[in-house]
Amino acid sequence: MRFAHRHLLGIEHLSQSDITAILDLAEKYVDLNRQSAKHSDVLAGLTQINMFFENSTRTQASFEIAGKRLGADVMNMAMQASSIKKGETLIDTAMTLNAMHPDLLVVRHPHSGAVDLLAQKVNCAVLNAGDGRHEHPTQALLDALTIRRAKGRLHRLNIAICGDVAHSRVARSNLILLGKMENRIRLIGPPTLVPSQFSEFGAEIYDDMNEGLKDVDVVMMLRLQKERMDGGFIPSEREYYHRYGLDAAKLALAKPDAIVMHPGPMNRGVEIDGVLADDINRSVIQEQVEMGVAVRMAAMELLARNLGEAA
Amino acid sequence: MSNSIFTNARLIDPETGTDSIGWLHVVGGRIAARGDGNAPTTDAQVIDCNGKCLAPGIVDIGVKVCEPGERHKESYKSAGLAAAAGGVTTIITRPDTSPAIDTPETLEFVTRRAQADAPVNVLPMAALTKGREGREMTEIGFLLDAGAVAFTDCDHVVANTKVFSRALTYARSCGALVIAHPQEPGLSAGTAATSGKFAALRGLPAVSARAERMGLDRDIALLEMTGAAYHADQITTARALPALERAKGNGLDITAGTSIHHLTLNELDVADYRTFFKVKPPLRSEDDRQAVIEAVRSGLIDTISSMHTPQDEESKRLPFEEAASGAVALETLLPAALRLYHSGQLDLPTLFRAMALNPAKRLGLNSGRLSEGAPADLVLFDPDVPFVLDRFTLKSKSQNTPFDGQRMQGKVTATYVAGKEIYRRP
Repeated sequence: MRFAHRHLLGIEHLSQSDITAILDLAEKYVDLNRQSAKHSDVLAGLTQINMFFENSTRTQASFEIAGKRLGADVMNMAMQASSIKKGETLIDTAMTLNAMHPDLLVVRHPHSGAVDLLAQKVNCAVLNAGDGRHEHPTQALLDALTIRRAKGRLHRLNIAICGDVAHSRVARSNLILLGKMENRIRLIGPPTLVPSQFSEFGAEIYDDMNEGLKDVDVVMMLRLQKERMDGGFIPSEREYYHRYGLDAAKLALAKPDAIVMHPGPMNRGVEIDGVLADDINRSVIQEQVEMGVAVRMAAMELLARNLGEAA
Repeated sequence: MSNSIFTNARLIDPETGTDSIGWLHVVGGRIAARGDGNAPTTDAQVIDCNGKCLAPGIVDIGVKVCEPGERHKESYKSAGLAAAAGGVTTIITRPDTSPAIDTPETLEFVTRRAQADAPVNVLPMAALTKGREGREMTEIGFLLDAGAVAFTDCDHVVANTKVFSRALTYARSCGALVIAHPQEPGLSAGTAATSGKFAALRGLPAVSARAERMGLDRDIALLEMTGAAYHADQITTARALPALERAKGNGLDITAGTSIHHLTLNELDVADYRTFFKVKPPLRSEDDRQAVIEAVRSGLIDTISSMHTPQDEESKRLPFEEAASGAVALETLLPAALRLYHSGQLDLPTLFRAMALNPAKRLGLNSGRLSEGAPADLVLFDPDVPFVLDRFTLKSKSQNTPFDGQRMQGKVTATYVAGKEIYRRP
């Protein structure tokens, strides 16, 4: 099958079959990654640059491992430390890197749309590793793969996304992906963090978590960023945990086999109970990390197949 | 003394609301006579309009010329040429330069620059507060004497209500017009789009359309207290209109404008983060756009401005949130406005009421009309010529127009200031 995209900038541009193609290929890499010899050569000779304009340990490591396992030459650039400080613009930085002929550019940026802008200026394939509040497509894909493996399907599920939806690119990408795959989505959180316009995406909005969790198959928690506390979105961490933190009592309202997800890093005792997060019968948080590497390998392979073709 | 007669012209008269074939006689830079049908025989130089439209030149409130401070973005010369090519015969300049135009000395500097370089009439506005910082009012009296036609902090809202109420009170005693940007500044700080599905999808920090109404409501309450003369620079949302209507009904000295971009574009035009569509306030929903067009038609919104804001490529080639706001529009104001004529929503006299007559009246100018004794500031245009806009043909030093590559209809044939031709389309 041909993957008809030059870049992976967001879930918005993908069709159902694109999504399925990535997940199917990722399954292969899940198997590969569980073997002791994990190496493949599909990206051999290609150069992958990870450009992170925002701090990240997990996503950057995941992309780096994915690239290395596929045989690419991987370079990491911590952008806060370099040219940005010298006043270089995003486009100049992109043009400079472009002149070094990378094949895959993995970009994270604190502003929505910055990765789209950069993709217009370079000749290589660009993967969005998170732009502002806009999209984080590989996170949504790894979540989808995790759900599909745990539930045996990726459609007609009741899925709750809980917490700071407003500022979350993870929530947006998941909302779009899970909607495209024909699931029912509920958004749960205080109205300051779950604005009413999200109902226009076809999601149901709940400000009462107990009501929202009833009979869901999947509970997806979002990280509460500390800066939201200062912004006056919620009164205090303890009140937030009381009303919107996931614990065993609230989870009991969901289906008995509901799974618990979190994109990490977690604030234990703020949005999720620590014991619950570690419960291997309910929590698939570690599996999400594992799927992340596989999904990123699959996405890079699909984009690499199109390299060299006329843009 | 100049003596010319425009014959066979489609006269667009915003005062009488008529659009009819006739003639116009100009003597000594002023309109001497006009009439319907065929022109009388005179010894005047004959300018045959070939049935094209002859309208009062556009009076554009709120043009940014980037002198002093950023002459590389726009100078009086380039802005003047752009205005002439766009049929704009009077530009009312903004004081949001760097430094701000907030002293009589700076105002005299720009007036001198304008007189030396611009072929159109240039009337400057001055800042309402020093440095546009919203703390202390400027020397409104001295600035009036130096030629300021209105006082505005542009897109800076005077957030301190006490400061604003004192400035309004003082301005009233001087007979000065205050132009404000109705917006609740706490809600709009740091935003780049209008709240709604589109902004949510794009992950852009957004402000509710209601923030405009909140700002307007506050200002209206202050007008009730102070009795000042007030013009809202841009009303762009449906929700602000009932408040405006009530304030006018209650006899307050209030008028309102809107921008050509809010009349002809909506939030979806931003598409994949196209920063040339980033303006302030942000583009609105289609429902808002339609409501604002209707308000111009009914006369509730008095004026249409270009809100001409030159920005260089560097300020726009950035992620959307970081990119500068504003668009150039002196040359695209008329063709964009003609979209509303071609769509059957506004007739030509109504458009020129909002683009020429009303702004002139609000500023106490005698222009903006085709009546005897008015200055012969005129635009001759063909409303039907189709073209595709190429931004690099614009005369502005900055070419940040959202209409680049778009199909437009209607071009200026010639522009006259005080009877003198200052532009003719090659």
